[in-house]
Amino acid sequence: MPHVVLMGSDCAAFAGETRAFDVEGATVRRMIAELEARYPGLGDCIERRMSVAIDGEIHQDALGEALPEGAEVVLIPKIGGG
Amino acid sequence: MTDTLERPANALNVVGTRPVRPDGADKVTGRATYGADLTMAGMLTGRILRSPHPHARIVSIDTRKAKALAGVKAVVTGADFPSVDSDEAMGGEGGGSIRDLARNVIARDKALYDGHAVAAVAATSPEIAEEALSLISVKYEVLPHVIDVEAAMAPDAPVLHADMFTAGLPTKPDKASNIAQAHESKRGDIAAGFASADVIVEDRYVTAATHQGYIEPHACVASLSADGQGMVWCSSQGQFMVRTYCAKVLGMEASDIRVIPAEIGGGFGGKTTVYLEPIALALSRIAGAPVKMVMTRDEVFRASGPTSGSVMEVKLGATKDGKIVAADVVLKFQAGAFPGSPVGAAVMTTLACYDIPNFRIVGYDVVGNSPKVAAYRAPGAPIAAFAVESAVDELADKLGLDPFKIREVNAVRDGVQASYGPTYRNIGYVETLEAARKHPNLLAKLGPNQGRGVAAGFWFNIGGESTASVNINDDGTAVVASGNPDIGGSRASMAMMAAEVLGLPVEKVRPIVADTASIGYSMLTGGSRTTFATGMAVTQAAQKIVEDLKRRAAQTWDVPVEQVEWMDGSAVCIDGAKRGQALSLADLAAKSGNTGGPIGAQVSLNAQGAGPGFGVHVCDVEVDPETGHVTVLRYTAAQDVGKAIHPSYVEGQIQGGVAQGVGWALNEEYIFDSAGRMENSGFLDYRMPVASDLPMIDTAMVEVPNPRHPFGAKGVGEVPIVPPLAAVANAVRDAIGKRITTLPLSPPRIRAAIDAK
Repeated sequence: MPHVVLMGSDCAAFAGETRAFDVEGATVRRMIAELEARYPGLGDCIERRMSVAIDGEIHQDALGEALPEGAEVVLIPKIGGG
Repeated sequence: MTDTLERPANALNVVGTRPVRPDGADKVTGRATYGADLTMAGMLTGRILRSPHPHARIVSIDTRKAKALAGVKAVVTGADFPSVDSDEAMGGEGGGSIRDLARNVIARDKALYDGHAVAAVAATSPEIAEEALSLISVKYEVLPHVIDVEAAMAPDAPVLHADMFTAGLPTKPDKASNIAQAHESKRGDIAAGFASADVIVEDRYVTAATHQGYIEPHACVASLSADGQGMVWCSSQGQFMVRTYCAKVLGMEASDIRVIPAEIGGGFGGKTTVYLEPIALALSRIAGAPVKMVMTRDEVFRASGPTSGSVMEVKLGATKDGKIVAADVVLKFQAGAFPGSPVGAAVMTTLACYDIPNFRIVGYDVVGNSPKVAAYRAPGAPIAAFAVESAVDELADKLGLDPFKIREVNAVRDGVQASYGPTYRNIGYVETLEAARKHPNLLAKLGPNQGRGVAAGFWFNIGGESTASVNINDDGTAVVASGNPDIGGSRASMAMMAAEVLGLPVEKVRPIVADTASIGYSMLTGGSRTTFATGMAVTQAAQKIVEDLKRRAAQTWDVPVEQVEWMDGSAVCIDGAKRGQALSLADLAAKSGNTGGPIGAQVSLNAQGAGPGFGVHVCDVEVDPETGHVTVLRYTAAQDVGKAIHPSYVEGQIQGGVAQGVGWALNEEYIFDSAGRMENSGFLDYRMPVASDLPMIDTAMVEVPNPRHPFGAKGVGEVPIVPPLAAVANAVRDAIGKRITTLPLSPPRIRAAIDAK
């Protein structure tokens, strides 16, 4: 079961005080749907504003990415650059 | 989704070498075509009328006299642009929304900074355009203004946007504020951490707003024909970005705008947005003729860029052995007139070099009456690093530790959880520290009034969406096309990676930057992504061609494709009746018509797995105690680059970042008068370093490969601007024995510190 941690303040308001979640979803898309079902608005916010780091590797806009069993999933604000 | 290709079995022949740059001759002979160089038949000159007030309600704009002037073909104001209400994010680069972008391009109800565009004209000559501007009558209701970040945060500050309520708080405030967003990141028990510390340092740090300082001003030519088809020729960091933003600001379809990228004379993040292009298109639509617009340097300073000024508070606690056990950081960043400072990135990067069990980082994105900030190399990271790396230096001093030692004790390594969340993998920070420590420059003895400063820096680097095509010509040469403007050597690196895979000499590969109608979408050139992400697309396209060439050779020989290998630019039959026979790329290209037609491949991908980069810099300075002038004696920059595709370009990126960082540290700053107008909007008064201000910047490239890139590359363009502010400040501290916590370290400020002894 992937363990998800929500970083930053961008989407925090949707989840109250909760910042860590265990999810069933086996892909980023399913994880987002699951979080949206639990905390309305959170999934949409994640999709628009967050990147997903899976076991230390940052993915931007990668809904189809697989979430291995026990994966460390960290949601961080999207990163740009100069 | 992307997968890493297998590393080519053969040793590298092209990657890692230093061929002549493909764009070099044109640039040094003046033949390269920049944004301002295009001229078209019937072209008009566009000019912008800018607000002289930092904060004012626009009561009315009367353009009748301007329109009546002979030679004036078009006049526009904010009323001529559609109302853009979308709060859709612009994307990761500059921050902010499309609505704010539109209102920054041209003011609607309020002018929000000195220089904010309020009207524009197109005329048959520059002189007529200037005269037309003088005939436009704008009635302003001048409002109180605020620029200083802490003043803008005060409860009684003039509020810029009545509909802006601080985001990121547990509950929505009931009062509008200039604080657009609050960010917070924390771990562990900060109170317990400080309680366990043997030594605590605490200080307040201030940086000024600085400009990216690209030599080429913003410039474009736009033509919008009667059938609604638009063309834009401009200098930017992304032709697709220009197309998207113009379409959204003007309410057009993206397919109705074609953007042709010009050569770019520096961007550094500042050309990741639009200023002139939508206005030029709007003028052209009315005039029925192409419109050229070129900013003056004064306009570049007053109405584009800069990056944030800031106020930061840093508190660090450590045990006697140098282990940092607690950190408390507050970052207050100027966003300019609209939200979108890089404080979010600063929150994520500020402690990214360190493994600290207990911390809290708070950031505030604060609007004020100055130009909307734009991205600037590693946005936010140099500012935050100035504060934290200065504080780490103070901590080392208090503990009697070597500045390398304290960084090594607290260094992040593979397996450590980054302060911004994920667990690090394949990072080279410790190796970079070691490379800096062992550099021969550190053997130099320091004399009187001289000092040495050390600082570290981090940047994420990103991947993202890229498209590239590789096509083989009938003589066996190749053309590589990508959708990324070349701001730091990407044409060379694209050609080299293609040449490596194809087995061609790099001189036989011609790299080009294609326009928006000629190649698939690519995110802009920024975030140190192009060599990584677009390079991945190029490599995969070349690999596809190799597979196709093997198939064609097998067809020619009438053997199974499994009997064909690609070796040094030729198909070689490795088994069967044709064993030992070879067909070169030129042979196969010449007969391509007989084996399936033209040879080419295009790959579009969303590259994942960009590896983060770390840099460690050492700066030696001498301070003239009479004048306060700082001379940089030596500068050493070590960086983990993954794999240097073209080492000279990588060194150039590192040296360029250092040069900009040194300017930021020593001289550069936006200076406003009491009326909120910029006082130094030219290169004479806004002092950037020139060649004679700097020594040779020595580089040490550390190569800890990124396994997700075919050749191991990591982004390199942003890390090198992160450490210099603190490295210089720490060196000055070492030279004069006193910490100055406000940038720039200009001669008057240093003299004041010396005199205060």
